[in-house]
Amino acid sequence: MIPLGFYLVVSAILFSIGAYGFLIKRNIITLFMCIELMLNAVNLSFVAFARYYALLDGQVFVFFVMAVAAAEAAVGLGIIVALFRNRQTLNVDETNLMKW
Amino acid sequence: MILDNLHSLKFFLPELALTAGILLVILSDIALKGLRNRLNPLLTMVTLLLAAWFTFQLNDVPAASLFHGMLAIDGLAQFFKLLLLLAAALVVLGSLHSTELASVHQGEFFALLLAVTLGMVLLANSTHLAMLYLSLELVSLASYIMVGYLKTDRLSNEASLKYILFGAISTGSMLYGLSLVYGMTGSLSLYTIRDAFLNQAPEGVSQFTILLILVLTMAGFGFKTAVVPFHFWCPDVYAGAPTPVTAFLSVAPKAAGFAVLLRFFFSGMSQANGTHWELIRGIDWPLVLIGLSVLTMTLGNIAALTQNNLKRMLAYSSIAHAGYILMGSVVLTGDGVRAILVYLFVYLFMNLGAFLVVTIIYNSDKTFDIEDYNGMFKRSPFVAVAMAVFMLSLIGIPPFSGFMGKLYVFGSVIDKGLYWFAAIGALNAAVAAFYYMRVMKAMLIEESNGSPAPLQISFLNQALLVALLLPNVLLVIFWDPIDRWTSASARLFGGI
Repeated sequence: MIPLGFYLVVSAILFSIGAYGFLIKRNIITLFMCIELMLNAVNLSFVAFARYYALLDGQVFVFFVMAVAAAEAAVGLGIIVALFRNRQTLNVDETNLMKW
Repeated sequence: MILDNLHSLKFFLPELALTAGILLVILSDIALKGLRNRLNPLLTMVTLLLAAWFTFQLNDVPAASLFHGMLAIDGLAQFFKLLLLLAAALVVLGSLHSTELASVHQGEFFALLLAVTLGMVLLANSTHLAMLYLSLELVSLASYIMVGYLKTDRLSNEASLKYILFGAISTGSMLYGLSLVYGMTGSLSLYTIRDAFLNQAPEGVSQFTILLILVLTMAGFGFKTAVVPFHFWCPDVYAGAPTPVTAFLSVAPKAAGFAVLLRFFFSGMSQANGTHWELIRGIDWPLVLIGLSVLTMTLGNIAALTQNNLKRMLAYSSIAHAGYILMGSVVLTGDGVRAILVYLFVYLFMNLGAFLVVTIIYNSDKTFDIEDYNGMFKRSPFVAVAMAVFMLSLIGIPPFSGFMGKLYVFGSVIDKGLYWFAAIGALNAAVAAFYYMRVMKAMLIEESNGSPAPLQISFLNQALLVALLLPNVLLVIFWDPIDRWTSASARLFGGI
């Protein structure tokens, strides 16, 4: 069996890639993909811990996370569509009407 | 006492009423095209009143855990339910005569507002990580939509985009922290997590790791309460959102965020010992909280000094207030919890009042710039004086109720012997006085530049303004019941 630590390392790497991408990418859709990556890192570590403790609640939690992530993506895409209609761009650097 | 699902239902009536209200408002919005504009606000108010009435009925119920440990019903839960319902009701009334919202269809607005209220009520009571996460997301998702409610307004679009991006990354970090907490303790229930920490400090885990995990978890709560360094969304979202929504966000989710913060740290990370909470081993979170609190109030106050847009200024001021409130959570006593409750209670009236004045002036002048408020005293003495009272209350000048909030918070810190911390707080309050005074100066002293026409205020808004003024002025005189209510509410259900 693969030890718990391996899963946690993969999860930490995934989370870091997501966070890094969130900081450097400029396209709004890509930002949402990076957030999905971070949430999947969370899911992986929940599932790994649940398997390690032989408990089910961690696995159930993952279902909640996935369902909420889908809802969040739906709301996010709605906001993106409204934004795109008004200014024809998906670059976050150009959403700069308000600063400091 | 842990109740099972069936026995929990009768203690769950306020939340059930809110759920029914959400569905009814959506239905009436679809089915009753002719009536809906009048009916929906009415339905919303009835729902909120009903939920508040059910909450009152539960006042004498002994503390218990509902739904197999998902939610708690205790003094803190009761207090926050009433506070949040009151905030929602005041915002519904304040949004009725707002020209910003009048330009769009309002049906979903009230359903969303009720959904946020339901989420906040659950958030304030949740004692299980799954419940905590779900209710936090219910609050967040519905408020993203409310912020972007003016679909054709570019500022509103931008505000909601920034809100959802910062919100998603904050909750992502929080979830990662929660997954590691789950990994260390093998449980999702706050009480079991605390017991696991109490019985043996997790093996092979350094203090630094635990601190890191707590900071990750703080991201979620810090986002809701707008604490530095999770505050970046706050000024933009407050400036871009419709003003009634801003008023709501500045008060209610902040209160719910502090409720869940208290629950997480007080019942999940420390153990009650009389009125004092003992820290579990291996965690030095007061130091983290002191750091966050000092950073939050200092940055909020300094950034507010240079703002010309009143909504942005109030956004930074609300960040600063989050810093003051956080002071109460540092001391680990029942007094600290009570100070937080008192502060949130008085903050509700002064902040909603200030935003109501912003709404009223925007209705006729279409501006948020402080300079355009010049000479408001000539145009409407009532509004100018009301705003002065709200500003003085926000500063914390003695006759007004804001003073009581500061008194309790600073008092709890001084009781604990953290004099330098209280001194930093007092210095900050002095800095804050400057930008609040600026608004008063513009409205009361400066001469008007242009339109000296008298301000048009609807009767509803006048009545609401009086209703918000009265607590600010009179609470200090009738303080005794509030003192008793908050000290009775500062009790958390300690677990099995």
